[in-house]
Amino acid sequence: MPEGVPLVELRDINVSFGGVHAVDGVTVDLYPGEIVGIVGGNGAGKSTLIKTLSGAQKPDSGQIFIDGDLVTIHGPMDAKNLGVETIYQTLALADNIDAPANVFLGREMLTPLRTLDDSAMEDATRRVMARLNPRFENFKVPVQSLSGGQRQSVAIAKAVQFNARILIMDEPTAALGPAETEVVRGLMRQLKEEGIGIFLISHDIHDVFDLADRISVMLQGKLVGTVNKDDVTIDEVLAMIIIGKLPEEVTETELRDLHG
Amino acid sequence: MTRLSTAPPSQAQAEESPRRGLLQALEIDLRVFGMVIALAVILIGFGAATNWRFLQPVNMVNLAVQSVSVAIIATGMTMVIVAREIDLSVGSIVGVVGMTYAFLMARVLPDIMGFDNPWLWIVALVAGLALGVAIGAAQGFIVAFIGVPSFVVTLGGLLIFRGATWLVTRGVTISPVDPAFRMLGGGPQGSIGGTASWIVAGVACLGIVWLLVSARRQRRRFGFPLRPMWAEAVVGTVSCLAVLGLVWLFNSYKWPPALAERHAAQTGITIPPDGLPAGIPWPVLVLVGVTLVMNFMATRMRYGRYVFSIGGNPEASALAGINTKWTVMKTFMLIGLLCAISSAVATARLDGATLDLGEGYELYVIAAAVIGGTSFSGGIGTIPGAVMGALVMSALAYGLSFMGLSSPIQDIVAGIVLVIAVAFDTINRRRKT
Repeated sequence: MPEGVPLVELRDINVSFGGVHAVDGVTVDLYPGEIVGIVGGNGAGKSTLIKTLSGAQKPDSGQIFIDGDLVTIHGPMDAKNLGVETIYQTLALADNIDAPANVFLGREMLTPLRTLDDSAMEDATRRVMARLNPRFENFKVPVQSLSGGQRQSVAIAKAVQFNARILIMDEPTAALGPAETEVVRGLMRQLKEEGIGIFLISHDIHDVFDLADRISVMLQGKLVGTVNKDDVTIDEVLAMIIIGKLPEEVTETELRDLHG
Repeated sequence: MTRLSTAPPSQAQAEESPRRGLLQALEIDLRVFGMVIALAVILIGFGAATNWRFLQPVNMVNLAVQSVSVAIIATGMTMVIVAREIDLSVGSIVGVVGMTYAFLMARVLPDIMGFDNPWLWIVALVAGLALGVAIGAAQGFIVAFIGVPSFVVTLGGLLIFRGATWLVTRGVTISPVDPAFRMLGGGPQGSIGGTASWIVAGVACLGIVWLLVSARRQRRRFGFPLRPMWAEAVVGTVSCLAVLGLVWLFNSYKWPPALAERHAAQTGITIPPDGLPAGIPWPVLVLVGVTLVMNFMATRMRYGRYVFSIGGNPEASALAGINTKWTVMKTFMLIGLLCAISSAVATARLDGATLDLGEGYELYVIAAAVIGGTSFSGGIGTIPGAVMGALVMSALAYGLSFMGLSSPIQDIVAGIVLVIAVAFDTINRRRKT
């Protein structure tokens, strides 16, 4: 367990949709330079939980602390102003506009006359891309004509351009081929080195095991538990995901049964 | 990330066919370029079919003035459709605002302000523009914040505002409008004259050069690839020649001799031997102004960027922190304002407001935007394209009626052109992706 004040703490978060408890009293935290994997099956509430931090979903109750301070997040802009950037599973790109326009969407650079400074935005995008994906060249075409990996690069550039301190990545490699996945993984390690905290949401347990320092497991809206990756086996995490039992509770037979 | 290809994309593009390379070097919007060609073909075709009488200046000027009302609204309809909405009420807004202009100028304001008050038409105009914005705001609010589909809201608006026009006027035509206001409708009196037209042309050419120079400077600032110098020269020269050619056309339209003499006697000017040039009609200047402003908003302002991003991906736009509802509401306010401007031109041309003013506009306006390349799936469209779309439709209608073909045939041709234009577009886009 890391020491000191967590970068983020989501405390006792509740979200329900018409009587269904999508997120039920969940508490998770994240330290600088740490990757916390949030795993669980479909409908476990991972995305909903994390949307309360990114500003896309208002919690019914619960508190969010950043650097130990209680904050209120009413919308995506509040989250961004607190240094929380999100890379959505869908990438959340406007397909009809080009990469610089997507990177700066909602936070455009303006000339002194308050018009769009497209050249300055293109220049900044070129510089951030040089770091993320040096082969990226198509700065002037609508992003719909880009490959999956290039689109992913744009989505990531959108998050890191603004000096994020907290990064939420929702299934960042789901749509990628093996080579592109490796690029994204390398990037996550690099960002971690820079002291950025990353929440990694994924249902690919191998992905999470490879990258995360700690793993928080959710089942049916509730937190099963948070474990240090080095203390558990993949099977023990699978048991948490599927039957909701912590490593110390689970029996040998149950572990065997996971493999049918 | 294709790791296999080693050639940088710029090199790959250079190897494409030379014609593609030429257009690419010039960085011309292919779609608008294609429409200019289409318009030229239509004009020359009708010219050839009418022993070139169709191409006389008087016809070209009338054609341009006729297209103005639809073209003005089409620029706003482009933004509405780009944002994945629709506005079916534009014709009725034109009607009710036109009736307001006429009612104020003919019935209400003369009693309050005095008949010769030079501010009379300005007060009426401002009131009408405000009404247009207010109607747009009301419809936009219901669409964006209450969430009723715009198709339904504006279909309701179409009925409501047409009905309101009838109620207010009890079914009669109201005229006349103020003589100064009438200039917005064009005709020799409503044109700016020969000298002023050349001045406008000169200013426009300076503007074109300034735009090219500042774009080049901007690219150099960041070390981006520059357009070759010859391409800059070609674009600048062709644009300036086009402006000068158009002004020459407007100036070769002369006042009718009798009118010219009366005008000369009133103002003390002398008539040149080959007739008194009318110059650029005011409505055309209004359209040029509207087009420039709308294009600026669409491409250079945050508002325009947001309209396009909403059209491309509404959820992503909201997640990016954009106030999507307010942006949509603003778009309806904008088209309301444009309807009011269009209505001023139409009312001025008719010298009054008739009950059917603006009827059917919604169809022509939507058709103009769609012919101009606006996609109903949202996120795609250009302002110059919409204006060209309106000009193409107007040229077809004017040409057919010039040849004596009846209005049902004009409708049939307009419909066929609409479908062909969009089919062409669909095939083109499918090939690209």
